[in-house]
Amino acid sequence: MLALDFSFLTPAVISGYVVKGFIFSLQLTLIAMLGGVVLGTLLALMRLSGRPWLVMPAAGYVNTMRSIPLVMVILWFFLLIPLVIGRPLGAEISAIITFTLFEAAYYSEIMRAGIQSISRGQVAAGYALGMSYRQTMGLIVLPQAFRNMLPVLLTQTIILFQDTSLVYAIGAYDLLKGFEIAGKNFNRPVETYLVAAVLYFAISFSLSLLVKKLQQRIAIVR
Amino acid sequence: MSTWDWQVFCKDTIDGKIVPSCFGSGGDITYLDWLLSAWGWTLSVSALALLVALLLGSLMGILRTTPHRGLVLLGNAWTELFRNIPLLVQIFLWYHVVPALIPPLRSVPSFILVVLGLGLFTSARISEQVRAGIQSLAGGQRMAGLAMGFTLPQTYRHVLLPMAYRIIIPPLTSESMNIIKNSSVAFAVSISELTLFALQAQEETSRGIEVYLAVTGLYFVSAFAINRAMLFVENRVRVPGMIGGGGH
Repeated sequence: MLALDFSFLTPAVISGYVVKGFIFSLQLTLIAMLGGVVLGTLLALMRLSGRPWLVMPAAGYVNTMRSIPLVMVILWFFLLIPLVIGRPLGAEISAIITFTLFEAAYYSEIMRAGIQSISRGQVAAGYALGMSYRQTMGLIVLPQAFRNMLPVLLTQTIILFQDTSLVYAIGAYDLLKGFEIAGKNFNRPVETYLVAAVLYFAISFSLSLLVKKLQQRIAIVR
Repeated sequence: MSTWDWQVFCKDTIDGKIVPSCFGSGGDITYLDWLLSAWGWTLSVSALALLVALLLGSLMGILRTTPHRGLVLLGNAWTELFRNIPLLVQIFLWYHVVPALIPPLRSVPSFILVVLGLGLFTSARISEQVRAGIQSLAGGQRMAGLAMGFTLPQTYRHVLLPMAYRIIIPPLTSESMNIIKNSSVAFAVSISELTLFALQAQEETSRGIEVYLAVTGLYFVSAFAINRAMLFVENRVRVPGMIGGGGH
């Protein structure tokens, strides 16, 4: 039996190795969530527009993204972005672009279900009041769709937070990487992986409890 | 952009010369050989992990619907534990931490550890679906089974599970496709599967686009094959008279 020793994890070590990675993981999660929800909503509106030249590219994009492993998508973008813009980008920037575009596909499916859950009468009512398509969507349909789908959107964000660890594939400095490097430098990989797992668990589990609470509140309002 | 060069797959992995038949001989292998073997590893990891996930996920999902508080708690704890830690971290736990804490596991090959890691991660998701499937049945089904004199296990075996599994075939299908995609994290512990092939062959040949396209294509084909196979199963076990046969 191996004796575990966590004493090397002093505040100085944590702020030196882990905090930087933690901040990047949070940044990546937040930017990809906001960007992904905006792009995803646009994709959902395209798919529901009924115009083939909008529906087909949106559906193709969403289905392609959803059928490729995220690790491969990360590698693809890391390979292609420098070819397209002509100069190499850091792993961190590349990860932010990749996650935003990748998550947009998943958020768009959620938003599509959300928009479809709004009764047709709401759209008809909007038009009957003389509103344009833009006004009907922006003032009537989307606010309700967002509220109905909020728990699912947040659950997807918890998954997104866990998935940010996959930037390991291109060597970006995230939370897991911070722990890994600390473990290597102090020759304590077992302890650092354990602490990393506990931290990821604590964050994801408490967020999922919050989502459950939120779900109950929304259910009552409905 | 440079032009296509698909001949990269016919190259020998050691001296880089193009082999006319595209397949290596006498112990030498080409990139095509390597790609196919990597595909085999991806499929093996996925298939075995799916087996582990179905067995443990079903067990835990069933426990969560029993009338025993302790068993429900066990199933819930299992599900939350394996659902809230990122897959990559779980794989690292199996690879670096578990053998260090449990010495007999040190001689276990990393392939088995990855299968366990991916299998237990997926079992949490399958447990959710099995639980939801059982709970979606009318409460009267369970009572009818018990009233007929069935024991609780018999009620599950003959009344609840046959219906519940049919109902959850569509989510099980997407979970089986996810397992193929998720097996890609095995590259992080040096399993020679498709993603590791992509990383290494890209580095060696500098033909990243061709290599990535081939790998992505194989992931796509594998997931699609599962999709068709499950559709076949879904049609075969359809319950006459139900909408869509599977509650959908």
